[in-house]
Amino acid sequence: MTERKIRILLAKPGLDGHDRGIRVLACAFRDAGFEVIYTGCHQTPEQIANTALQEDVDLVGLSCLSGAHRYLFAKVVELLRESGGEDIKVIGGGIIPEHDFTVLRDAGIQAVFTPGSTLDSIVQWVRDNVKTSKRQ
Amino acid sequence: MDLIEKIKNRDFRTASRLIRDFEDDVSSARDILKDIYPHTGKAHIVGITGMPGAGKSTIIGELIRRYRIDNKRVGALLVDPTSPFSGGAILGDRIRMQRHFEDSNVFIRSLAARGALGGLSRAVGDSIHVLDAMGNDAVIIETVGTGQQEVDIVNYAHTVAVVLVPGMGDDVQVMKAGLLEIADIFVINKADDDSARKLRLSLMSLVDSGSPIRRPVKPLIAAVGNISNNELYNQGLDQLYRHINAHRNYTLENKECLSAMLEKKLFHELDQALKYVITEDIMKSIAEREDCRREIHKLRTRELDPYSIARRLIKIMQHPSGNPNQS
Amino acid sequence: MPYFSNETRKRSKMMTAEWEQRVQDFLDEHPDQKPLWTTISGVDVKRLYTPDDIDELTYENDIGVPGSFPYLRGNHTTGYRSKYWTFRMFSGMGSAEDTNKRWHMLLREGQTGLSTAFDFPTLMGYDTDHPKARGECGKCGVAIDTLEDFMALMKDIPMDRATTSMTINPPATAIWAMYCAVAEKRGVPLSRIGGTIQNDMLKEFIAQKTFMCPPAPSVRLISDTIEFAAQHVPRWNPISISGYHIREAGSTAVQELAFTLRDGIEYVQDVIERKGMDVDSFAPRLSFFFNAHIDFFEEICKLRAARRMWSRIMKERFKAKNPRSCWMRFHTQTAGCSLTAQQPYNNVVRTAIEALAAVLGGTQSLHTNSLDEVLCLPSEHAVEIALRTQQIIAEESGAANTIDPLGGAYFIESLTNELEEKAWQYIQTIDDAGGMIQAIEKGYPQMEIAKASYDFQRQIDSQEKVMVGVNKYKTSNELAVPLVEIDDRIEEEQIKRLQEFRRKRNSRGAARSLESLREACKTGENVMPCCIEAVKSHATLGEICDVYRDVFGEYADPGLF
Ligand SMILES: Nc1nc2c(ncn2[C@@H]2O[C@H](COP(=O)(O)OP(=O)(O)OP(=O)(O)O)[C@@H](O)[C@H]2O)c(=O)[nH]1
Ligand SMILES: [Mg+2]
Repeated sequence: MTERKIRILLAKPGLDGHDRGIRVLACAFRDAGFEVIYTGCHQTPEQIANTALQEDVDLVGLSCLSGAHRYLFAKVVELLRESGGEDIKVIGGGIIPEHDFTVLRDAGIQAVFTPGSTLDSIVQWVRDNVKTSKRQ
Repeated sequence: MDLIEKIKNRDFRTASRLIRDFEDDVSSARDILKDIYPHTGKAHIVGITGMPGAGKSTIIGELIRRYRIDNKRVGALLVDPTSPFSGGAILGDRIRMQRHFEDSNVFIRSLAARGALGGLSRAVGDSIHVLDAMGNDAVIIETVGTGQQEVDIVNYAHTVAVVLVPGMGDDVQVMKAGLLEIADIFVINKADDDSARKLRLSLMSLVDSGSPIRRPVKPLIAAVGNISNNELYNQGLDQLYRHINAHRNYTLENKECLSAMLEKKLFHELDQALKYVITEDIMKSIAEREDCRREIHKLRTRELDPYSIARRLIKIMQHPSGNPNQS
Repeated sequence: MPYFSNETRKRSKMMTAEWEQRVQDFLDEHPDQKPLWTTISGVDVKRLYTPDDIDELTYENDIGVPGSFPYLRGNHTTGYRSKYWTFRMFSGMGSAEDTNKRWHMLLREGQTGLSTAFDFPTLMGYDTDHPKARGECGKCGVAIDTLEDFMALMKDIPMDRATTSMTINPPATAIWAMYCAVAEKRGVPLSRIGGTIQNDMLKEFIAQKTFMCPPAPSVRLISDTIEFAAQHVPRWNPISISGYHIREAGSTAVQELAFTLRDGIEYVQDVIERKGMDVDSFAPRLSFFFNAHIDFFEEICKLRAARRMWSRIMKERFKAKNPRSCWMRFHTQTAGCSLTAQQPYNNVVRTAIEALAAVLGGTQSLHTNSLDEVLCLPSEHAVEIALRTQQIIAEESGAANTIDPLGGAYFIESLTNELEEKAWQYIQTIDDAGGMIQAIEKGYPQMEIAKASYDFQRQIDSQEKVMVGVNKYKTSNELAVPLVEIDDRIEEEQIKRLQEFRRKRNSRGAARSLESLREACKTGENVMPCCIEAVKSHATLGEICDVYRDVFGEYADPGLF
């Protein structure tokens, strides 16, 4: 085995419970051969950042459909940076207006996926952006 | 700070990364184990197993809460099966322990079984050492017990609790013998009605008759009950928690029992290490050596049988470039 | 007696056979465009439906006339001629004042009922200054923390005439208590106010995941509201048993139908057992809420099947005698999940098709989505188009001229039967599991929906199913839609207002009222009177919900796969 498995944390920060998208994505990631840690709805940014560290994930996928993404996504990135997880990539999804994309990117969110993004395109993004070579 | 210090200081990321390297089979990680091993042996290792959906993760979340009330530090390793089709997995145990996500005295790590057959993957055994070295007073391991193979937990844990749900194929008559053999504690979960009482009675007569139980101490029974009955559920968990501690104390006080158990554990660990060193290390280099490949050829031509070849290969490997016949 | 005469059946069989032969000949030269033709939920659809397909129906038992059992063709004897469905647009945003302004605009434009969207902290029972509420205030609806907020929301709304629907679930008792308290203050007696609280917790565990306490105590609080409505607020619908969110979570039409009706059964059973009430004393006030998705005929049939099934459930399972108990009265909303962020103006067309399906299915009340709803909160202009869509259907299209215009069509009746049969199978499975609460604990409905939504997404990805603008007919330069945004400053203002409110109130009075609420929770006494007292004593929404969380425990997402 020369490749390492990609580990991903999927979580929904904030109070909305629309988990259809993130659950479908969890299945797609599993079927793409990734290991997904799913912690579900109503997670605080603190819970998410701590879990990401404890699980040594490569990537955190956040979904928010309530409109509170600007605050919540940025907070997760900030907490990761504070606690030595700055190399963990963060991506976001949900109902996110285009003009928020740059705001989020500036806050450290590496990619934003909105309704209509295909599962394949998200899986491909992960493959392209997460290193899978083994640490030595 | 060096890595060992970081782990001893409960740097979660470092610990988790090292576990990741065990999972990914990074060779340097085994060298680190050398330095970790001296710091292990203090944690009480508790295995929680049972059929899928029996309520194991929920119970672990509650046990952690009790350890925390007693001001103990806890580590948990949650092992979930990997999809045989894609090699991927959705690890969903952790979600039941949400209330501990922000507690720096609780370290929770999910692990995909990655198709390890015939027992837990070696990564689990190695990872337990990491959690032990972190200074956790208790290390809890969740595994799914679906058949004979998963009873392997008994080789890692000091105390094994088997979670049973009445009416879910968990009736003593039809239960897989494997799960019955390994229990130090039987946990009756998700029911507080007649079916629970019946299961309890049959477990009691099973425990009294002594077979097929193979543990050194007579198993205890904890009836946890149904989570929707908050008060009873809490009482049941208190009892389970007491049983786990009682089992620990008993084995600690009872020298004979303790050394039998430890010996078994250590032998298993050695057995695993041996297999690993021999099979994986040697198999890897075999592919690279001409003289080894010649031996394999003899297998193909039916000149020699696999066992003879295996012995010859081990000899070859002991002689860096030589041929066993020359020595 | 068979539906058709022997003569008709014989001729139909013969002619169908001939036609099938011709189809085969033709297909050799002109094959079908795709191998499988199904509804959006995956129900097979045949090339043609004939009398054979509905031969098993009996006219009196299965079809009948509007206004009588089995209510397939409608609850009302006169259909839409005496009264159109209620045009009820869901709205709410920012502060109570902002929402109140939007309401007055809608009433001016011809809307006939109000409908409230609350923001997420309100929906989850947290005050705006709760740490978990950070960043959410006013984003997807109006923020309500206190009775004062509620009075601002209802400013100049005629509470004795306009009916108000409130989409609120775990804190439904608290919000309804505020409505009752404001009415009392204005001198409108409880017997005169009308409206709906959604108050359907089972679908939250199944689909929408806005939950607070575990299922069993949640159902108990609902039974309290049903009892209170029956005794004191007779024009109120204390629950709106909702399939809408089940569908939005990715279920099929059959799952929506089955899980919604099974939820209804669970509630009825609980009221009968817990409160010892006669079914006819409360069943007429139960209301329902469905989704109108894009598959036109499937949706019409789903709504027709729902009415027939509920009347059968009430009559056969619960032995209801009052015909009104057998009425399934429902509100419909067009499917948010069918709208696309790409080429958003296409959404106007989708919504029109869906709204027409709802009307042909005989809805009593309708919300049409705005074209920009997938992008942001609806703008005033987009809401107007959505409202006009309903008016065009009602007053231009002729769709409301006659009752159940599609009734008796071979395809319609056959698909209605098929959806009903499949839904009964689900209901049976849940009955066998010991009821909906048990099924939810096992994760059964959740996992069925998860499977369906993953299947659907994969069909979209593989283009087996088409979404125009998403996986087919894509364009690169899209028309931009003006977006509505909620200012983050609203949060600060709301928090200031809330803290001021707490500072000014008599805090001992508030605490005392919360204590009696706690007692009621524990003893099993109806919580509604205590809840009304609590809001009148200026306890906040979050404080009331804290009592529930404390007594009943909190429910966390089980995240089952
Ligand atoms: N009715 C009932 N449900 C319970 C009880 N304990 C746990 N559950 C529910 O059972 C489901 C499975 O619980 P888990 O704790 O994840 O069980 P598990 O054995 O860890 O499951 P796997 O890891 O998937 O094998 C969840 O939905 C729990 O909420 C109980 O005492 N009674
Ligand atoms: Mg588990």
